[in-house]
Amino acid sequence: MSFDVAAVRALFPLLAQANGDAPLHYLDNGATSQIPQTVLDAVLSYETTSRANVLRGVHRLAEAATAAYAEARARMARFLNVDADEVIFTSGTTAAINLVAYAYGDLLKAGDEVVISLLEHHSNIVPWQLLRDRRGIVLKVLPVTDDGRLDLSTLDKIVTKRCRLIAVAHASNVTGAVSDVAAIVAAARAVGAKVLLDGAQRAPHGPIDVRALAVDFYALSGHKMFAPNGVGALWGRRALLDEMPPFLGGGEMIRTVTIERTIYADVPHKFEAGTPPIGQAIGLGTAAEWALGLDWPAISAHEMRLAQRLLDGLGRRIDTRILGPSGLQRRIPVVSFAVNGAHPHDVCQLLDTRGVALRGGHHCAQPLMDRFDLPGTVRASLALYNDDSDIDALLEGLDDAVRRLG
Amino acid sequence: MSDDIYQQAILDHAKAAEDGGSVETPDASVTLDNPLCGDRVRIDVKMSGARIAALAHRVRGCALCQAAADVIRVRAVGQTVDGIAATAAELRAMLKDERLPPAGAWSDLGIFLPVRRHRSRHDCVLLPFAALGSALQQARASRG
Ligand SMILES: Cc1ncc(COP(=O)(O)O)c(C=O)c1O
Repeated sequence: MSFDVAAVRALFPLLAQANGDAPLHYLDNGATSQIPQTVLDAVLSYETTSRANVLRGVHRLAEAATAAYAEARARMARFLNVDADEVIFTSGTTAAINLVAYAYGDLLKAGDEVVISLLEHHSNIVPWQLLRDRRGIVLKVLPVTDDGRLDLSTLDKIVTKRCRLIAVAHASNVTGAVSDVAAIVAAARAVGAKVLLDGAQRAPHGPIDVRALAVDFYALSGHKMFAPNGVGALWGRRALLDEMPPFLGGGEMIRTVTIERTIYADVPHKFEAGTPPIGQAIGLGTAAEWALGLDWPAISAHEMRLAQRLLDGLGRRIDTRILGPSGLQRRIPVVSFAVNGAHPHDVCQLLDTRGVALRGGHHCAQPLMDRFDLPGTVRASLALYNDDSDIDALLEGLDDAVRRLG
Repeated sequence: MSDDIYQQAILDHAKAAEDGGSVETPDASVTLDNPLCGDRVRIDVKMSGARIAALAHRVRGCALCQAAADVIRVRAVGQTVDGIAATAAELRAMLKDERLPPAGAWSDLGIFLPVRRHRSRHDCVLLPFAALGSALQQARASRG
């Protein structure tokens, strides 16, 4: 594969600056990725040439801002292979899932069931607990296999006729496992339930054909897919979005307001109350468009080769246990591990002295940590701009850290 | 750079924390979690009047958390509830407000001075003291 990682690194100002005396091996992309110059340029261009509010001005700047915002939505839609008017800009994945839990949740009755899993990020657990407490729904949980995948062996027992929604991660932020979406969708369809995918971790690894996945909602965060903070997206099927009540009320989401009642705007605006994060959304649209132009088969091969190098290196250590699939099938390049006798925070702190940025802890997935009886793991989450030197710095640093802590 | 945290003194205390001792029929037992990192500390205490007669801990945590728990195990017996509260406040001030380490029996807490520069790690050191504080309160309450 001819993927030029040096050329990609050069597109990211933070990575380009970090060379030399203070090397940076940024392996915490699952928390937040770095941002390329082209995305920064798009945000700056809005802020310096067309900064205005959207959807309510007739002046030139407002027209330009509104057009750029609409274009950002269209680009996001192309990234997901969906219709633009089904894409709602939110502040991120958390906000997107909360929107669904509130607004789709409003259509549910006491006794209806929502199925999540044991490997979910807290942002795909807590909103459903809140809904359970508010509306008396029943929350059910898919178990996880020993290698950190959704355990679908009891799917047809857990998904009953009362099930209204299955909400699971498209890819785990801890184990890197990619969910078997087809099996989940089939189980949901069999009982007339909907499917929500938390795509926060999948989105940085290339465009997603949401239409082909045949799910009903898809959530993602900009800051994990090379775009600014404070913006994300929710895609939902038009018919569902139409049926759902608004989440937040305010400006930009209405058609007519009298003191007695309000007629809401059409989707997606119905779900975008208040001034949206305009510059950030433009950045997200630009990141999506940039990603659409990349050679993803080559990038995936590159990412997976690095993941294999890391898995091999960790596999040679007798004191290290990998929490997740051992192979590369149906996984993203996110690798979690636990080192005997070395706490994740201590490992991460010592690796930081070598410029290796990792994440240690429970990764907002405490139920999963409990499942494996671990206080936390060390996680390396790769992105397209990582290279062999990043993996080698991690592995060497780990040797040294374990020696010092041991 | 974060090298400075892992001095031998801290690593030695951390290693010693593997044996947290045990207290038969404790007057109080408190488990606290650090929600940020999942560290968990349990402190058991037995009182003799206002003073700590015996103390044990269990730590599932990082080296800093273990080391702080071990310093407690070494130093806390014979101390009063008020004395512990004052020490915990001094330790907090040392980390957060650039104060000097406690003097006297608790001067070993000076080993945590390098942690000052690592805000995200302050709570690792403070968690065992928080658990001890709660345990002492619980013991006091149960005595009525
Ligand atoms: C799988 C998964 N879901 C949801 C989230 C929450 O994303 P955000 O904090 O951007 O809302 C994250 C972020 O860590 C994640 O990894």
